[in-house]
Amino acid sequence: MMFKLGALIMHPASKYVLLALALLFPAMAANEYQIYVMATAFIWAIAVYGFNVITGYCGQLNLAHGGFFAIGAYAVALLTADYGWNFWPAFIGALVVTGVLGLLVGAVSLRLKEHYFAIFTLCVGFIIYLLLDKWEELTHGALGVRNIAAPDGFGLVNFRETIPVYYLILFFLVFIIWFTSRIQKSLLGRTFIAIRNGDDLAQSLGINLMRNKILAFVVSTVYAGLAGALYAGMIRFVGPEDGNILHTFNMIMYMLVGGIGTLFGPLLGTVGIVWITQSLQFLEEYRMIIFGPLLVILVIFFPLGIAGSFLTWMHRKAQALGLGSKKPQKESKVKTTAGREAENNA
Amino acid sequence: MTIFLQQVFNGLTLGSIYGLVALGLTLVYGILHIPNFAHGALYMVGAFISYFFMVDIGAHYWVAMAGAAVVVAVLGVVCERLVFHPLRNAPPIHDKIAAIGILLFLEALVHMVWGSDFRRMASPFGGVVNLDGVFLREQGILIIASTVVLVVALNLFLRKTMVGATIIAMAQNREGAFLVGIDANRVAMMTFAISGALAAIAATLYAPLNLVYPAMGHLVIMKAFVIIILGGMGSIPGAIVGGMIIGFAEAFGGYYISTAYKDVIAFALLVVILSIRPQGLFAKGAH
Repeated sequence: MMFKLGALIMHPASKYVLLALALLFPAMAANEYQIYVMATAFIWAIAVYGFNVITGYCGQLNLAHGGFFAIGAYAVALLTADYGWNFWPAFIGALVVTGVLGLLVGAVSLRLKEHYFAIFTLCVGFIIYLLLDKWEELTHGALGVRNIAAPDGFGLVNFRETIPVYYLILFFLVFIIWFTSRIQKSLLGRTFIAIRNGDDLAQSLGINLMRNKILAFVVSTVYAGLAGALYAGMIRFVGPEDGNILHTFNMIMYMLVGGIGTLFGPLLGTVGIVWITQSLQFLEEYRMIIFGPLLVILVIFFPLGIAGSFLTWMHRKAQALGLGSKKPQKESKVKTTAGREAENNA
Repeated sequence: MTIFLQQVFNGLTLGSIYGLVALGLTLVYGILHIPNFAHGALYMVGAFISYFFMVDIGAHYWVAMAGAAVVVAVLGVVCERLVFHPLRNAPPIHDKIAAIGILLFLEALVHMVWGSDFRRMASPFGGVVNLDGVFLREQGILIIASTVVLVVALNLFLRKTMVGATIIAMAQNREGAFLVGIDANRVAMMTFAISGALAAIAATLYAPLNLVYPAMGHLVIMKAFVIIILGGMGSIPGAIVGGMIIGFAEAFGGYYISTAYKDVIAFALLVVILSIRPQGLFAKGAH
């Protein structure tokens, strides 16, 4: 019974159900605030998808990820507020800036492995934060940037309102999920996973480690930049606190809860945690008293997260059923897809 | 010249604190190969425990320091038992994430108990010694002297006692240490206890010059990471030398280059050094 339910969730059509739910959400929401929260969650989800590319698939814990989010946001903010650009050119500009900076930082930092890489990127993230805070001539310092242009609707829609901006962000989220699934299914995605599972082994298979790692890094920073740019366009205020390392830590949590290295993990984790956080409003800044230990418990007992644990369970179940029944035709399909992901995450 | 000497003194003071924090970090890394991101939180908790002992209980500065060292040492051991021990065979990324979880928890806890206010901690050594135009703060002298004493004591402990020797043995060769019957659990707990105690002492020493607040560990821990990368991860002399390098770079950079950017100097130094030498300044072999 549970297995059938699981198979239903695994069915290709269920993602369209998910999409339909997201499209209908503004109609179901009780008030505008809920739509706003959902849009924010989607923005973070886009950034977490980037995190998942470099950390989930490629296995490099990039602690500067939140910094690139802030760079994307600041790029849009400064280009529109100080240089009078329109939103969309500034948006492209933000992607270019985060991509180029990602290339530079990646080229230097990816020469380091494991702990060194994590610590190095932690420092890079902190440098980004300090620069946003102290470089007043460029970033306005602690005051932050106001008067950011809203996304231009070309006279058709007004992205200053919550519902249109919700759909705009949803569009980008769907695009990002589609794009990530293309990467995951391609040879490139498998290359990333091979690198995660073992540098030396991947290299002996003829994989160019440096080039692929940098590619994963740049993809992840551009995702973060995209999320940051949308954030600036929606909130229309950015400050140095957007570069705080805590955002990176939050994203780790979203990714881990949902399922690191899975396609729908980042979405599940981000939307889930953002809404839980909303319902724990009374805890406000103390919410980490719950989430800190949760993070520890997750890595110890459920390192695969919701999506990963689910896929592994389905895989085991499918195997058990496949041994018992005579017509494994249908199940075997489930087994192969679920099994592959579960194995990859092992 | 007086300005120069003044900066030398400031550099020594800062370097001593950084060295002590980095020492705890490097010890844990050497034994367990965990980059303990929660070490800064232990440092911060140490300062708050001292503050609690001094202000709420009215204990003397030294008593408070000892109390904080004990409490944080126990906290370190608890972290090892509950978190890092179960993860000893997990992929390395899990340790790091778990350490971040501990960090977030401890910070939120302190935030809840004491609030986010900046607090001033008094010290019996508030005076200033005027040495021919160079002003030496008594607390600074205390910091430098305590660091020397602690480093010498730690060295004696590691080299001359049996318990210390097991720690060294395990850092040198894990399998070899198991082979001669060294209890890995005991060594791990011991290391976390020493590391926590050092963090608490460093925090109590530095707090009177600085302030006590929940985010006080952020910068210190990141600089400590810079230091142990510079000095070679797991190296004890490297932690002290690296601490001094960063301390001096900050004291002189802050004075001669820019005060606003003095916190960036340590990180910029790291970025430059790792760009040229990915294995760190003093590290032996590749990682």
